[in-house]
Amino acid sequence: MITTQRSPTGGGGGGSQSPRSPSSQPPFLSVSVTDPAKMGNGVQAYISYKVITKTNLPEYQGSEKIVIRRYTDFVWLCDRLFEKYKGIFIPPLPEKSTVEKFRFSAEFIEMRRQALDTFVNRIALHHELQQSEDLRTFLQADEQTMERARSQDTGIFKKKPSDLMSIFRGVQSKVTDVVLGKEKPVEESNSEYDKFKKYIFELEDHLAEAQKHAYRLVKRHRELGQSLADFGKAIKLLGACEGDALGTAFSELGAKSEMLSIKLQREAHHLLMNFEEPLKDYVRAVQSIKGTITERANAFRQQCELTETIKLKEIDLNKMRLIRSEKMLDAEHEYEELKVAGQEATRRFETIVKLMNEEIVRFQDQKTQDMGRAFHEFAKGQARLANAIADAWRSLIPKLDSLSVS
Amino acid sequence: MMGLENHEAQLYASREEMESLVLDDDDDNNNNGTNPSSRSNGGANGDGSQHHHPLSPSSPFAEISTTDDDDPLLSSSSSSSSRHQNPSSFNSFLEPPSYADAVFRSFDGDRGKQINGHGATSTSSPSTGSDYLKVSVTDPQKEQDLNNSLVPGGNSFVTYLITTWTNLPEFNGTEFSVRRRFKDVVTLSDRLSDSYRGYFIPLRPDKSVVESQVMQKQEFVEQRRMALEKYLRKLAAHPVMRRSEELRAFLQAQGKLPLMKTTDVASRMLDGAVKLPKQLFGESVVSAAVDPDDVAQPAKGGRDLLRIFKELRQSVINDWGGTKPPVVEEDKEFLEKKKKLEDFERESSNVSQQAESLVKAQQDIGETLGQLGLAFVKLTKFESEEAMFNPQKLRAADMKNVATSAVKASRLYRELNAQTVRHLDKLHEYLGVMLTVNNAYADRSNALLTVQTLLSELSNLSIRIEKLEAAASKIFDGDRSRVRKIEELKETMRVTDDAKNRAVREYERIKENNKKELERLDKERHDDFFGMLKGFVVNQAGYAEKMAGVWEAVANETSGYAKSSLMK
Repeated sequence: MITTQRSPTGGGGGGSQSPRSPSSQPPFLSVSVTDPAKMGNGVQAYISYKVITKTNLPEYQGSEKIVIRRYTDFVWLCDRLFEKYKGIFIPPLPEKSTVEKFRFSAEFIEMRRQALDTFVNRIALHHELQQSEDLRTFLQADEQTMERARSQDTGIFKKKPSDLMSIFRGVQSKVTDVVLGKEKPVEESNSEYDKFKKYIFELEDHLAEAQKHAYRLVKRHRELGQSLADFGKAIKLLGACEGDALGTAFSELGAKSEMLSIKLQREAHHLLMNFEEPLKDYVRAVQSIKGTITERANAFRQQCELTETIKLKEIDLNKMRLIRSEKMLDAEHEYEELKVAGQEATRRFETIVKLMNEEIVRFQDQKTQDMGRAFHEFAKGQARLANAIADAWRSLIPKLDSLSVS
Repeated sequence: MMGLENHEAQLYASREEMESLVLDDDDDNNNNGTNPSSRSNGGANGDGSQHHHPLSPSSPFAEISTTDDDDPLLSSSSSSSSRHQNPSSFNSFLEPPSYADAVFRSFDGDRGKQINGHGATSTSSPSTGSDYLKVSVTDPQKEQDLNNSLVPGGNSFVTYLITTWTNLPEFNGTEFSVRRRFKDVVTLSDRLSDSYRGYFIPLRPDKSVVESQVMQKQEFVEQRRMALEKYLRKLAAHPVMRRSEELRAFLQAQGKLPLMKTTDVASRMLDGAVKLPKQLFGESVVSAAVDPDDVAQPAKGGRDLLRIFKELRQSVINDWGGTKPPVVEEDKEFLEKKKKLEDFERESSNVSQQAESLVKAQQDIGETLGQLGLAFVKLTKFESEEAMFNPQKLRAADMKNVATSAVKASRLYRELNAQTVRHLDKLHEYLGVMLTVNNAYADRSNALLTVQTLLSELSNLSIRIEKLEAAASKIFDGDRSRVRKIEELKETMRVTDDAKNRAVREYERIKENNKKELERLDKERHDDFFGMLKGFVVNQAGYAEKMAGVWEAVANETSGYAKSSLMK
């Protein structure tokens, strides 16, 4: 279970405080996603998960809450956070499943469960995201409320942010652009940010390749396991028809081979969950960052467009002032509104930039930890497997020696 | 064997890539321990202690001897580990020259070991303790057949230099060479088959119906040279074949091979066809009997067509007839052993197939590990190149660690595989031996068939004589012609009886040969297979230990991460 710190500069673990008084108890919010269960039948069938929340935060109802959620609920949460917290690298979700057959395999369900658990916990640990109302809804609302919230958002919400004016303005400014012959998309000229963008795009390629090989490695373990099983079986048969000492030797060897086959299958699973999945998670995280990059670009563009529009409006307005046009008052209104919107757009953009800078640092640090752990598990698993193999074969040698002279 | 050459070719391609990448990192790897600044972040590796298990000193590498095969790779690396017990031993272990060397050596070692032709063990028979017979086939040369060329300059063939080293008394000398061509080998093989019925005679390399153009291709000639060498070495290892006059003549007699060439089938049939009418229409009834001397040879392939027909008829009677033939294969023990060998053959073949799959799986996993390592190396380079944050550098260092370990493990798998192939190849060899056993059993069946045929003949003759005598006794003074006929038949019967006795002796002899050979085979098989099993097991254990060492080092270096679990 995971402990979260409310403030970024927050104190350490609960060690130094007395556990009795609630006020001095460190705040925590810990979530776990467990117990996948198949619901429904046929095409409509889906998997539901138990989401257990343990917390002492006042915003939450009670210290423990259990709700039932399905994958689309998690998607809802992710989308909401993505819309509301632009600039923050929203933790990535596991993919929708593409192969129908695979959808209900134990392995896939386990991988998905693990990824969903990680997803929610990362949100719960993030000093900004953990305060989200949507998170609270997700963790606490009953199923009907959840469903309502979910279906609400497949409608208008998907199209654009709640600010309908910006749609309007967007159209307007596009018209302006075309009129003024400005077709080129506007981009920031920030060399450090450019470096970062380039880094992210290349990183995705490298990671994808590493992940591909990691997945293949899992498969290879399974294949080796299978061939050890087949080999063991065949050699046992040979031993059976041979008889005597040699027959016994063959049988023992075959048995060891079969035993090792099981170990290999186990290691393949361990490799999948503890090495390949973290790599995949890394890839997803990078893809999520790309989403944030896009948001930043949009925000920048909006800001630029508005700035342009405002400038033009100002020119217009001054013209109107000179000729004392009747439309002047309306124009002044619009101008004021535009200025407010412009400030808002600037504010939004700058927030994104600030958040991103913090996020980048957090991201690098987190990934080092995540990968470090993944490497550790990988190495541990490989060492464990190799030792098991060595032990198994070594134990056979004295037996072989004694049999060969009998 | 298992197309290992092809495997190796593919592997070398990726190996080049691996080696070129890893080599510069090896130096960094060496310095890792002395560069704690890159590890100052996070809880990764506070004390910076490098926990290398290059080649576990405690593990019995010295004991890794695949039977008495001196495993050059393992012994060389274990000796190097005793010299430098520090991280740099990893690098010397990785050094391409010694690695490549070892791979090749492990194959040459195999050939070199085949002094007695029986691969791994020399525990096959106690008599090979002090005497030796070593043969090598080298120096293929193209020569012209000046006599037989219908096309001027067209009929060329290849000769090989056969060199022998021996201290066996029947050879005059300890070292000598002759030149032989493939036809000579065929002759040798045929002569041995004739003289040593019932023995498990190694099979000679295939003839191929090739044009002289193909013959000139270097690859083909080289393959044939290797096959010839293998064959001669097998003969030299066989306790009976190696003392045969035929082999001696082949190895030692200068000039033309002094062994009778078998005539081709056509002229044989021609000869037989000429003889047949005389036999059938009986110019002399006696000649219808089998030549006693011929009895020692199988009917098939001989010139006696009549005999062939008779034995064919007899075999049909055996198979379809209601009455049991007078002499049957009674030896229960033999039949049991035969069944056992058949089972063995079937199961071995299955194991051999699975072994191939196993080798392939080992190869695949090694390759994928290598590719994974390479991908991480590239990623490492990428992260370090423009690292803007310290965690990046740290991550890059961790990654490099894993990458180089993955590449090391990949190489270990490759070496493991090369050796696994060698060991499990013993199975393939024995599958080949099964063919020779079947030939020996065929010798036995043929001999038995000859005996049965003769017994049938005797029985027929006996009946005819009885009938004639019965008829003749009714007439006073007999019938002159009948009496003469009876005398002739009795003479034929004596000759046939004589032939039958020889045939029976031949049959018994072959049976005895079979028995001896079976015992020999059982013992050799026992030793060879135990050697194979132990070699395989020791091999697997050794390499697994090495791999464990590699990964334990990485696990220790990354152990800091295990404590800082942000996720479950």
